[in-house]
Amino acid sequence: MNTKKDLKRILATDCGSTTTKAILIEKKGEEYRLVVRGEAPTTVEAPFEDVTKGVLNAIREVEELTGVEILDGEKIIKPAQDKRGVDIYVSTSSAGGGLQMMVAGVVKQMTAESAARAALGAGAIVMDVIATNDKRMDHERIELIRRLRPDMILLSGGVDGGTISHVVHLAELIAAAEPKPRFGTGYDLPVIYAGNKDAREEIKKILEKKSALSIVDNLRPVLERENLKPARDKIHDLFMEHVMAHAPGYRKLMTWTDVPIMPTPGAVGLLIETVARKENIEVLGVDIGGATTDIFSVFQGVFNRTVSANLGMSYSISNVLAETGIPNIMRWVPFTIDEVELRNRIRNKMIRPTTIPQTLEELMIEQAIAREALRLALLQHKEMAVGLKGVQQERTISDAFAQTATGETLVNMMTLNLVVGSGGALSHAPRRVQSALMMIDAFEVQGITRLAVDSIFMMPHLGVLSTVHERSATEVFEKDCLIRLGTSIVPVGTSAKEGQVVVTVNIGDKTYQVKYGEMKLIQLGLGETVEAEIIPAKGFDVGAGKGKPVTTKLEGGVVGVIIDGRGRPLTLPEDHGKRIAKLKEWFTELDVYPSIP
Amino acid sequence: MAHAYTPGLKVTKKTIVRKERKLPLKGNVLVKVGDEVEPDTIVAKTELPGDVQTINLAGKLGIMPDEVKDFILKKEGDPVEKDEVIAETKGLFGRFLKTQIKSPVKGTIETVSPITGQLIIREPPIPVQIDAYIKGKIVEVIENEGVIVETVATFVQGIFGIGGETKGVIRRIVDKPSDPVTPDVIDDSLKGAIGIGGSIVTKEALDKAVKVGMSALVVGGIDDMDLKKFLGYEIGVAITGNEQKGITLIITEGFGKMNMSNKAFKLLTDSEGKHASVNGATQIRAGVMRPEVIIPLEGETGEDIEIKEARGLEVGDLVRIIRAPYFGYIGKVVELPPELQKIETEAKVRVLVVETDNGERITLPRANVEIIEE
Repeated sequence: MNTKKDLKRILATDCGSTTTKAILIEKKGEEYRLVVRGEAPTTVEAPFEDVTKGVLNAIREVEELTGVEILDGEKIIKPAQDKRGVDIYVSTSSAGGGLQMMVAGVVKQMTAESAARAALGAGAIVMDVIATNDKRMDHERIELIRRLRPDMILLSGGVDGGTISHVVHLAELIAAAEPKPRFGTGYDLPVIYAGNKDAREEIKKILEKKSALSIVDNLRPVLERENLKPARDKIHDLFMEHVMAHAPGYRKLMTWTDVPIMPTPGAVGLLIETVARKENIEVLGVDIGGATTDIFSVFQGVFNRTVSANLGMSYSISNVLAETGIPNIMRWVPFTIDEVELRNRIRNKMIRPTTIPQTLEELMIEQAIAREALRLALLQHKEMAVGLKGVQQERTISDAFAQTATGETLVNMMTLNLVVGSGGALSHAPRRVQSALMMIDAFEVQGITRLAVDSIFMMPHLGVLSTVHERSATEVFEKDCLIRLGTSIVPVGTSAKEGQVVVTVNIGDKTYQVKYGEMKLIQLGLGETVEAEIIPAKGFDVGAGKGKPVTTKLEGGVVGVIIDGRGRPLTLPEDHGKRIAKLKEWFTELDVYPSIP
Repeated sequence: MAHAYTPGLKVTKKTIVRKERKLPLKGNVLVKVGDEVEPDTIVAKTELPGDVQTINLAGKLGIMPDEVKDFILKKEGDPVEKDEVIAETKGLFGRFLKTQIKSPVKGTIETVSPITGQLIIREPPIPVQIDAYIKGKIVEVIENEGVIVETVATFVQGIFGIGGETKGVIRRIVDKPSDPVTPDVIDDSLKGAIGIGGSIVTKEALDKAVKVGMSALVVGGIDDMDLKKFLGYEIGVAITGNEQKGITLIITEGFGKMNMSNKAFKLLTDSEGKHASVNGATQIRAGVMRPEVIIPLEGETGEDIEIKEARGLEVGDLVRIIRAPYFGYIGKVVELPPELQKIETEAKVRVLVVETDNGERITLPRANVEIIEE
């Protein structure tokens, strides 16, 4: 590998379950920019069964599009010289179903929850959480471990120096289950122990012979503090050593990359974390896929990631229907459709997941379902992204009046600065304003929030790149990865009557007023910013408190500035006719669709 | 990408079908390469470790975990019978006030923990065996794991199914692919049969099929509302096969009223009276699995079967439209314009032009058709 400072050309790939995407980044003058992107079908499964074939095809497309010679046969040429070679090659992977884990901890709301956060943060799907107080019988827990066949188990429990018997009992259960890994029968299941350090010797005695045991620092050494990084790092190591190494072609791919291959969502999370830290802002990132929806957030400096394994737009679309119900989907649709017909359409998308909406009606239905998938995924995220539970808090007199329980969600839509959407439904919506409105509706953003989408799903590449070269990763993220949609202004409150002005926005010599139940779009282009005075009505809040004005810079984008006067929490009219009329009014004002059926 | 290509479902009069039959854990393979097998021939077997029972000895005896060793009557590895005493306190005056702990199950003492005071008993192993599923020949033995069975067969894939592997005799139950399957076409003579239906099956017809004991139903479509009522719950993710509803259901076209394709209907009804193996298991994620009907052809060697290479969509191909508003239409590809085109949603996509049977020309996204494989 070349020294970090003088990287001239960077190659990165992401091996997804269906497509392998390669990007080429070059230093042009003093800045790093994306040059081109190539893609090819992923080749993990039969008849190829070798991931590197798809990687090579994607790289060849990059070669053809740029004229840069990158491959010498099946070898990546390094370092970069003129129109030949790259300085560094990195990759992420989510092929083969990603990383599926089970976690165990003593108390469900404490160590087990911390363990789940560590696994999610590392990019895993958490199949189940076992805890001493999960109300299951021991034989049920054992049966569960056996049946689920995870890729890996993370065991934690007890603060350092605390009682050891509970966590030892959990280890006994894992040993009794004799868990077998998902891929094949020829290797031991990796188990990571990240609990009370005093129990290590006992844990070794119980688990060393029955699993591939690794021991790392306690992820909850004291109640007041989480220490998730050692467990997260170990998960990444084992993902490569044990899980991916058994997937076809990965052993070869591992020898090509300059840093270890990361699970795709783990890399996206790293990037979101980096951006939040560098800009000192609160960020919410979402990736809505066919099978799963991932949410990443940084609030109060704390990173969290959740994956809603069964919320998605194709394979899992029926599960969105099962979880939210027909009425919740229909409330976003501006026309009437028979339930039997709608159900059949949703199922037909599930069984033929690669089809795309051809008519406006179909597009509106898909975008209605996307809103519900996003809404449910954020609800799950809010439950996991919480402060530490079981922690004693010192209170002052003033706190006594505003008591907050421990374990409250960190997600605060009012303080949130930036929402980044990605995944087919958001990245490929025919009009960008559709993506903006889907995110506003589903997440019920509040106050002043910037909105963006990841145009070509480059976040995984940039995430793994940020581990070796943060500068190039963040520069490309800023300039080439994000498509800035603009800013939303949402006064929070409910106590207004239809027709009453809820917010006044002064920009230069222009004044915009938005009434309760209305939406408005102000044109403000990409790269433009304006100073604005935002004055909420009495009882409404845009960030400074009820009725208090805010003066701030508003950022434009390909959509502009959206003022949402519908109040929060967002409620739609119950009456069918009124609801449809309102949806049509908003869609028309924001120019969301070319026409409305 | 070079070409948009949605592979269709296989609907083939004669093909070579290979099925891997693998144990969940390593075990013994009972057949060898070259053996002829019937669908119910057991090809491999193993034993799963038995279930585990835990007993909190320390808690039950009111002692400290590290004292358990002083009260237990068995050691690790010892067999125990159900209700056999495994630990007891000394008691007062001999047998008075003595606390006895009995084993809740027959099994073996697996561990006794001085840290937690827990005792773990493992029940006897659970035998597991797998059958050949199809009539055919063993062509490969995967050592200690299973076999590959091969047969020459008529092979029809469906798009979605519920229920697992089963077998029976093929019976036609409607006249035309457009006929619905209603309760009146199902009677007791269909017990154990695989019924071939038409365009849609109602919940009432499914209930009757279960009542008369049909093995399976193969039909063009079903209303999702009826499927939900039949199952008693909403299907979430598209992973099926473990439903225990007393019947295997295979949908060949999709949800709603959908005429079964003429080709599938003809192949299946031409096989009337033949034995077949079917499986409703469907998985629409990585490693796609579609439901299937396999009708082995007696005395065929398969030597004359041409293996066709998978290829892209070409002008002249027969395709089925698989998305509203033309769902279910069948036609020939007449144009494949290379440039992206804006469709009604304003998305810019690769399109194709299809000419339907009645001469109508339809332009639609390439992603919304599938090739009907000949």
